[in-house]
Amino acid sequence: MRNTEGRWLRLTVLGLVAAGLVLPILAGLWETGRAAFGYLPAIGAETLSIDPWRRLWSLPGFSTSLSLTLWTGFASTLLALAIATGFCAAVHGRMSAGQSARLLTPFLAAPHAALAIGLAFLIAPSGWIARVLSPWATGWDLPPDLATVRDPCGIALILGLLVKEVPFFLLVMLSALSQVPVRAHLAAGRALGYGRGVVWIKVIAPQVYPLIRLPVFVVLSFALSVVDMAIILGPSNPPTLAVAMTRWFFAADTMLILPASAAALLQTALVAGGILLWLGAERAVTVAGRFWIRRGGRGLSSGPGLVLAGAGAGFLMALGAAALLALLLWSVAWRWPFPDALPESWSLRAWARPAMGWGMALKQTLIIGLATTALSLTLAIAWLEGEDRAGLNRARWAEGLIYLPLLVPQVAFLYGLSVTFLRAGMTGGMVAVIWGQALFVFPYVMIALSDPWRALDRRMVRAAAALGAGPLRRLFAVKLPILLAPVLTAAAIGFAVSVAQYLPTLFLGAGRIATLTTEAVTLSSGSDRRVTGVYAVLQAALPFAAYAAALMLPALLLRHRRGLAGASA
Amino acid sequence: MSALELHDVAIRPCATCAPLFAPLTLRVPAGSVTTIIGASGIGKSTLIDFIGGHLSAGFEAAGRVTLNGRDVTRLPAEARRIGILFQDALLFPHLSVGDNLAFGLARSVHGRARRRAAVEAALDQAGLAGFYERDPATLSGGQRARAALMRTLLAEPLALLLDEPFSKLDPDRRADLRAFVFDHVRDRAVPVLMVSHDAEDAAAAGGPLVALE
Repeated sequence: MRNTEGRWLRLTVLGLVAAGLVLPILAGLWETGRAAFGYLPAIGAETLSIDPWRRLWSLPGFSTSLSLTLWTGFASTLLALAIATGFCAAVHGRMSAGQSARLLTPFLAAPHAALAIGLAFLIAPSGWIARVLSPWATGWDLPPDLATVRDPCGIALILGLLVKEVPFFLLVMLSALSQVPVRAHLAAGRALGYGRGVVWIKVIAPQVYPLIRLPVFVVLSFALSVVDMAIILGPSNPPTLAVAMTRWFFAADTMLILPASAAALLQTALVAGGILLWLGAERAVTVAGRFWIRRGGRGLSSGPGLVLAGAGAGFLMALGAAALLALLLWSVAWRWPFPDALPESWSLRAWARPAMGWGMALKQTLIIGLATTALSLTLAIAWLEGEDRAGLNRARWAEGLIYLPLLVPQVAFLYGLSVTFLRAGMTGGMVAVIWGQALFVFPYVMIALSDPWRALDRRMVRAAAALGAGPLRRLFAVKLPILLAPVLTAAAIGFAVSVAQYLPTLFLGAGRIATLTTEAVTLSSGSDRRVTGVYAVLQAALPFAAYAAALMLPALLLRHRRGLAGASA
Repeated sequence: MSALELHDVAIRPCATCAPLFAPLTLRVPAGSVTTIIGASGIGKSTLIDFIGGHLSAGFEAAGRVTLNGRDVTRLPAEARRIGILFQDALLFPHLSVGDNLAFGLARSVHGRARRRAAVEAALDQAGLAGFYERDPATLSGGQRARAALMRTLLAEPLALLLDEPFSKLDPDRRADLRAFVFDHVRDRAVPVLMVSHDAEDAAAAGGPLVALE
């Protein structure tokens, strides 16, 4: 009875996911929620009241923080979506899947913090761009007194989010486009007299959008509650709500934890409200769009808009690449007086002493990254194998379960989770951090592995069974080797996500665990760009190395197997 | 006594759907090839899946399958010892041609040298001598089909199912391969059941003919 066995595996995996993933989030929200209403025995607060909320409302800069959060979150998500759509329309059919994957991978791999630091190195008044243009074009001999980073409007933050989110949207859009008969519909639309751009907007985009809706919500939730990038690029006084509440959580005055918890609940409500608002806007756009489509406008002139959006994507990628280069440059620069385009003298001194700090941070990052990835990958494979053996498709609620940690803002439950862990006597340790990061690594591993796993030719597995291979042998001798490339890609994605984690390490490590990311973010407010550069370069290099290994290992191991060459992700 | 038997087998695509074909009772004796013919879409391949233990989730099946008197209906596919030759060769793309055969070779053959020799002998029989290290992706369609048959036979199945194994080959190769397959399976003296919509296949098999309707 193969089904019984499959059900057991499924039950075990579901139990693990519920206990390891859902329970911590609920417990975290519960603790945060109690603290938001004045109940946190750890600091002697034991009476339920709405005082924390009053306190929150009266905290300096609160309303500015709130509007900044909404502005940067919605503006970056909408812009990223528009730019990515335009870019897809511009390059679709002119770029192979492999080419676009190679183009996007560096941006997907680079952690938010590293990109943000590089961007700051680039666009700051004393940054690389100003240096390249000075003094011949600008006349500046000294860095100008302009707020190009941490500007009060959050433009730099939006720019940073765009550099990271446009490639992500492109990735999900390109994969969704492969499920839509783009070529045929473009031809049909153009034969009816519609311009290429209009066919994209009226025909292709409505088919793609439902397929990328969940990722859109993930990005919206992320943009509304991002902390590391907002610390580095966002306005500092007052900052966005998520940054403000992180400060309050770690303030010397522990009574600030109560209004911070209220802010955490508010953050959850903001994300939930934001998604509802987005859903409402979807409806409105659908109605208006149908009206617009019925009018039958051929819109021959709408091409330029898409070209502009496509160019925007190109500009953002160039900016991102320059930002990563700036990191590397600064980490090996020694004397670099202002208007010079390149350093006057070079030095490896910042790199020379790993014992001074980056060696330890690198080690911690590696241990945590490898452990979370191994854990998440094992669980994901067990989940998918359980589905196979039970012969069941994934239920909608199970899909939702996977996305849950990506939709609930991290700041909303991590403090509460640290309280829960503290009570269980396991805070400030590696185990807590690894567990906390796995909450966010597992979903990405699962998402990356699900499609290739399902695309595996089931008849291969049947052929193995007909030859007498039992379930374990089918898994280890047939499925996993055939899926080697996607499994390694999923592992690389998981590792990259782990390296980039900031808040879980901060809250659950209780300040005792220092990774490259937490150190880089801390150093980013300091003055020594060389040292910051070293941390950020290392932080960006680890995911790159993982992606490179995921790409090269299958190519090496399977170099004599042509049948699998096309299967690499 | 050596036979594959179906007793009142009926399959529905879903619990409330109509059955694909009228309840089928059939005895496939050893040593000859019994052919089931029927239009495409009638459920020939689904029947093969059911007999082999590979029925996809969602299908509802009634009836029993016995092999040499033993009821295998509830056994998992790998425990039934029923070999299948599929429409496509389905050689595992990550293994060399020889290792594909070694994957199939029964556990009862012990020792590295002896297992290697058994595989080499089978390759030789299939006209694939010296192909051990070859990548299956570099084989022609006919070579792949022969390797797949050898892989199936090395597992020492107690019954063999042929799921339109020649339908994807061009007409010249088809006759060759048909002769090759039938020669080899008749030697084995096990029950062989083929499904096909091709009258020539059925004629070449030379065994009893059953129409599915």
